[in-house]
Amino acid sequence: MARTLHRMAQDIVRQTPDPGSLVLIGVQRRGVELAARLAGEVAAAAQVDVPRGSLDITLYRDDLEVVGPRPLVGPTVLPVALDGRHAWIVDDVLFSGRTVRAALDQLADFGRPARIGLAVLVDRGGRELPIQADVVGQRVDTAPGDRVDVFVRELDGRDAVEVLRAAQGGRGA
Amino acid sequence: MSGGRLGKDLLGLEHLSADDIRLILDTAEPFKEISERAIKKVPVLRGKTIVNLFFEPSTRTRISFEFAEKRLSADTVNVASAGSSVVKGETLVDTARNLEAMRIDMVVMRHGASGAARFLGERIESSVINAGDGKHEHPTQGLLDLLTIRDHRPIAGTKVCIVGDVLHSRVARSNIWGLLKLGAEVAVCGPQTLLPLGIGELGVRVFRRVEEAIEWADVLNVLRLQLERMQAGYVPSTREYYRVFGVTLERLERAPRDLIIMHPGPMNRGVEIDSRVADGPHAVILDQVTNGVAVRMAVLYLLAGGRPELAESAKGAPER
Repeated sequence: MARTLHRMAQDIVRQTPDPGSLVLIGVQRRGVELAARLAGEVAAAAQVDVPRGSLDITLYRDDLEVVGPRPLVGPTVLPVALDGRHAWIVDDVLFSGRTVRAALDQLADFGRPARIGLAVLVDRGGRELPIQADVVGQRVDTAPGDRVDVFVRELDGRDAVEVLRAAQGGRGA
Repeated sequence: MSGGRLGKDLLGLEHLSADDIRLILDTAEPFKEISERAIKKVPVLRGKTIVNLFFEPSTRTRISFEFAEKRLSADTVNVASAGSSVVKGETLVDTARNLEAMRIDMVVMRHGASGAARFLGERIESSVINAGDGKHEHPTQGLLDLLTIRDHRPIAGTKVCIVGDVLHSRVARSNIWGLLKLGAEVAVCGPQTLLPLGIGELGVRVFRRVEEAIEWADVLNVLRLQLERMQAGYVPSTREYYRVFGVTLERLERAPRDLIIMHPGPMNRGVEIDSRVADGPHAVILDQVTNGVAVRMAVLYLLAGGRPELAESAKGAPER
């Protein structure tokens, strides 16, 4: 995963004309840890301070009516004003695109970034909305019932991407 | 609310479990931040309709609920008893059923009769949130008091003394239930005429002198002395009350430790609390007001949610 994140950081720098305006915003939970690591890599590569924030999109979800009891809401912390900045949304897995839709709505309530990019560790396909990532760590072909789990050492003690196939019930990536 | 689960209604803290209370307090934390944003609004209750049904005058609680509802994007209607069909003799249930016929989702109710919220909750489909019923409970006030204490110190083991008219106070009752469930030590202090008989059986300590309470406590929750208590003969005069039970700077200066001073408002300065205390460094009275909005947002958010039995099936399918 370290190599993948290194490459993603290079891609982010390449796609950001003014690295001084960068802010990396991780989506709770695993996206926050990934944003922190990417910020370190980007800061080293571009020789700038990279502020980072976290976003909990629960209150902007479009499926709250069907998910049963209300999910716990995590913290949203944006340390800098977004106006005029080049913001990057960082998440672990891109699937339906609905989380990103919610994150975009939420960011609009905080300000008007000059540009918003999307960086994800895993793109598993299966989009339900017209949303694509600008920076992708790896692409995985999946069926709708499969599960893609991302583990990060800060929370899980190890770095891994695992695909749980619905058909066989086995693991492998 | 059968079985102590956070269910359709929030009627009081007596029947909530410690886990339910912690869930509400934990949920209130991220809602605090929303009120600090430039755009103080999230779309989570978009399309939900909430009626604030106030049969007793209230400024703080009603406004606090209204801010909470608006910051969650709910549509709200306020009904005050004066000028409504209630004064024309309509019963509570008829009023609520008429509102329900207009397809509402929640009712926030303040009523003078103890048990009014439960009565209503059992008879309508919509969620009922008790915003104070007679001398029974005022659960969101109890919750915001818990949240305010927790901002400063862990609730378990904290010594909290409620000072004043405990007998007539729904705030005191909700506080006592919530504090005991979360492991605090609880005491009450006030004139004997204003303390409920047998309160010691709840595991609550009783102080006859406010000096003893101050020596013992980490937190004082000072209740408002309602002026009609004088007319009813519970207390000889407000001056007498202040002299014996007033929380004054002189008394606090003799405390062995720094106390946190709370008051549910509205305050009678110079009756139950000294102005120098109310405006002093240990008062968290305005923090309570701020926390009130966050706690009410949390309650509205949690009660407007889906059903517990759907929890497991939802877990396996996080949105991405």
